[in-house]
Amino acid sequence: MIELRGVGVTYAGASRPSLRDVDLRIEEGELVLVVGPTGSGKSTLLRTLNGLVPHFSGGTLTGSVVVGGRDTRAHRPRDLADLVGFVVQDPTSAFVTDTVEDEIAYGMETLGVEPTAMRRRLEETLDIMGLAELRDRSLRELSGGQQQRVSIAAVLAAGPRVLVLDEPTSALDPVAAEEVLSALHRLVHDLGYTVVLAEHRLERVVQHADRIVLVRDGVVSAPLDPAEAMALSPVHPPIVELGRRMGWSPLPLTIRDARRRAGSLRARLAALDDAPAAHAPVKDAASRSLVSVNRLVVRRGTVEALSKVTLGVSAGSVTAVMGRNGAGKSTLLAAMAGQLAATSGEVSVAGSSPRRLAPHDRVRVVGLVPQDSNLLLYADSVAAECRAADRDFAAADGTTRALLARIAGEVDGDQHPRDLSEGQRLALALAIILAGRPQVVLLDEPTRGLDYPAKRRLVGILRDLAAEGHAVIVATHDVELVAEVAQRVIVLAEGEVVVDGPIHEVLTGSPAFAPQVAKILHPLPLLTVDDVSAALVPAS
Amino acid sequence: MARPTPAATPRMLHPVAWWVWGVGLATAAAHTTNPWLLLLVIAVAGWVVLERREVGALDSFRPFLIIGLFAIGLRVALTILLGNGVPGQVVLVELPQVRLPDWFAGLRLGGPVTLESVVAAGIDGLRLATTLACLGAANGLASPRRLLRYAPATLYDIGTAIVVALTFAPALVDLAGRVRSARRLRGHSGTGVRELARLAVPVLEGALDRSLDLAASMESRGYGRTAVRGRRERIVGSALALSGACGSVAGLFGVMSASSGGWFGLPMLVSGLALLATSLVLGSRRDARTAYRRDPWRAPEWATCALGLLPAVLLVHAEADAWPGITITQVPLDWPPLPALPTLAILAAVLVAWVTPVPPRLARARATTLPARLETA
Repeated sequence: MIELRGVGVTYAGASRPSLRDVDLRIEEGELVLVVGPTGSGKSTLLRTLNGLVPHFSGGTLTGSVVVGGRDTRAHRPRDLADLVGFVVQDPTSAFVTDTVEDEIAYGMETLGVEPTAMRRRLEETLDIMGLAELRDRSLRELSGGQQQRVSIAAVLAAGPRVLVLDEPTSALDPVAAEEVLSALHRLVHDLGYTVVLAEHRLERVVQHADRIVLVRDGVVSAPLDPAEAMALSPVHPPIVELGRRMGWSPLPLTIRDARRRAGSLRARLAALDDAPAAHAPVKDAASRSLVSVNRLVVRRGTVEALSKVTLGVSAGSVTAVMGRNGAGKSTLLAAMAGQLAATSGEVSVAGSSPRRLAPHDRVRVVGLVPQDSNLLLYADSVAAECRAADRDFAAADGTTRALLARIAGEVDGDQHPRDLSEGQRLALALAIILAGRPQVVLLDEPTRGLDYPAKRRLVGILRDLAAEGHAVIVATHDVELVAEVAQRVIVLAEGEVVVDGPIHEVLTGSPAFAPQVAKILHPLPLLTVDDVSAALVPAS
Repeated sequence: MARPTPAATPRMLHPVAWWVWGVGLATAAAHTTNPWLLLLVIAVAGWVVLERREVGALDSFRPFLIIGLFAIGLRVALTILLGNGVPGQVVLVELPQVRLPDWFAGLRLGGPVTLESVVAAGIDGLRLATTLACLGAANGLASPRRLLRYAPATLYDIGTAIVVALTFAPALVDLAGRVRSARRLRGHSGTGVRELARLAVPVLEGALDRSLDLAASMESRGYGRTAVRGRRERIVGSALALSGACGSVAGLFGVMSASSGGWFGLPMLVSGLALLATSLVLGSRRDARTAYRRDPWRAPEWATCALGLLPAVLLVHAEADAWPGITITQVPLDWPPLPALPTLAILAAVLVAWVTPVPPRLARARATTLPARLETA
């Protein structure tokens, strides 16, 4: 179906090629997962498949890309629209119309599909993607998961045989992600579509893949058997990490297989006396309270984004805020940071209301790293950005730069912030916020687009911050991150706190929020691979 | 005109009908300076938006109205400061006058502020605000993206560009707001001129990113694909369309503005429209696009167009014939009368709130809330 021969891509002005000597054959009816660290060339590879590279992006493409018998040298993306459907990471940026039905019809209209055929296909697509209920809704009213499903439906309706998706679930909560992935699974298995997707959250997708392609520094492997690929891949989900450490072969990729393999491990762990002690409850009552939220109500338009939320957070702890897309996580963080006014109720951080403090006093008390870290960056080089931050927070010269070095290692100061990798950009934003030495550090969805090594570094930093006496609050969909770093989990739904408790109680009991290790070792209260190793060490 | 059946089945009205109605009202507003009539037009537009805007559609009436209010304020403020040449007798306040060099002849800064000049400026602003409100109403009743579906192939590319630009403006405002609040996270207040300059870079970069994403998405979904015909035909088609559009606009200007005389306007308009029609026919013959579910054009659409065009035609005629109460006298100032016929014509435009079908989702929303309302009553 897809054949790449000797493909190399060099963007204009780049010193090194983004892809080198790619020879790849993808058969029809396969779900192929593209795996690699950030900046390895995954997106470039995907964008060559429908000709966006080089027709839209510029740069030079050598070799040939042939999809369904059409060469992208002779066919522009628009000429391949009936063959290859391309779904971008952020669905809202790709919507051309206003309502669900119109958006799905748009592609068919440009392709000139017969009106009667169009009606039929539209109805079918609505059913396949489970959107029939939403057909006349405005796109802006939908949740993130629904929007992503619409954007897939919109390319699907045009009748392509190949679907290419760039991180389709990175912005979604676990349940919405599962919805999208099972829809893709159905397309491959029931209808014989060919699907190529890139995703950082491997724990969500690896069990759905028929083949895995590894990308590293612009070099692309042949399609490998998933278990084989995971044994080699530098980025891998916790289930693979556990399997590797336990020496299981072949590596199990689904929870079901891993549970079957883990029978003896569970027995061994259960026999240990202090197995549940892996997550020792941290000095709770003793440490002072830094954040207290009392019956907080925030109304946005006619919607009550938060209703009567009451909670307290103490110094020296990491708290995770979880919940569906649109549950009110970001609103809660914004209210704590004084970005939003409370409709009623109160927020107090370190004894004062952040809303009443002047901005330059507020940043000493509470710092927020927003979801889109680009919003914090203005300068044209990393060094200039750091100097500006020192001035903004009246910190000693070099403070921000030193923080950045501590968080992300050496970063080239001459680089433009936009050219940094996702992980480095987050590190820069975090360093800027930390330059103000806020007592409370808030992070909104920090792991979007981060690969596992970058995530591991983030975990280390957050633990250090908590150890230094900061209160850290993270809003995230990433259960694996929560399992690594948090001591407490707050789950929001429809603006209300539904669960608030210590991490092993909340995460192990929940089917949606349980991390992979917890699912494999249920009912043992272990959440991460490190927990397992730590529990085993004294035994051996 | 046969009594249009108030469509019992909810459906969306044809977007072209809404735009004809909106532009008709706007034209009427552009041809009078009577504040009563202008306020009546705003009320009519607002009422219809309340009655017929689909649930979830963008509410553009309010922002346009706010821009209009801003226009009035600006107009009045500039008049107070600079004067507008309306010779008034009732001096409200005497501002200290700044002596300007001689070569600034005809301009003054400060000086006496007369009631007449302020009222004239306010009415001028109101007229602009009313026109804007009418366009805002049309925008909210039928999104420009729906209108685009009916754009002929020749104009489709230009049309898409315009629509994307139109819908992009709100996104830009939204982005600016987010960047500003992010500024506060770095300890800045986000206000002041220097701060605004600081916002420009991230806002423009973000905006550029977004438009590139949208362009990539449109490209990979086949946008512009059917426009691939013979290169020459495309150029001829575009040239015809462009010159036709220019001709029509110039002609329209000639017809509408009384001062330049109507003699060149009409032939210009006719030939412009003819060129435009030719280009459209040429283009649509080769249009391979298809349309999903074209809205039907039935009696309510005809009625809506008629009710929008009625005040437009009447007021254009009334202004040309200098009916009393259409163009009000500014000096001496007097309470403007309420001319009967134009008032009735504008009031008639509100009938669309009854003759048009209710949009489907609004109908459902009402069906669910109405019983509850009755119970509480």
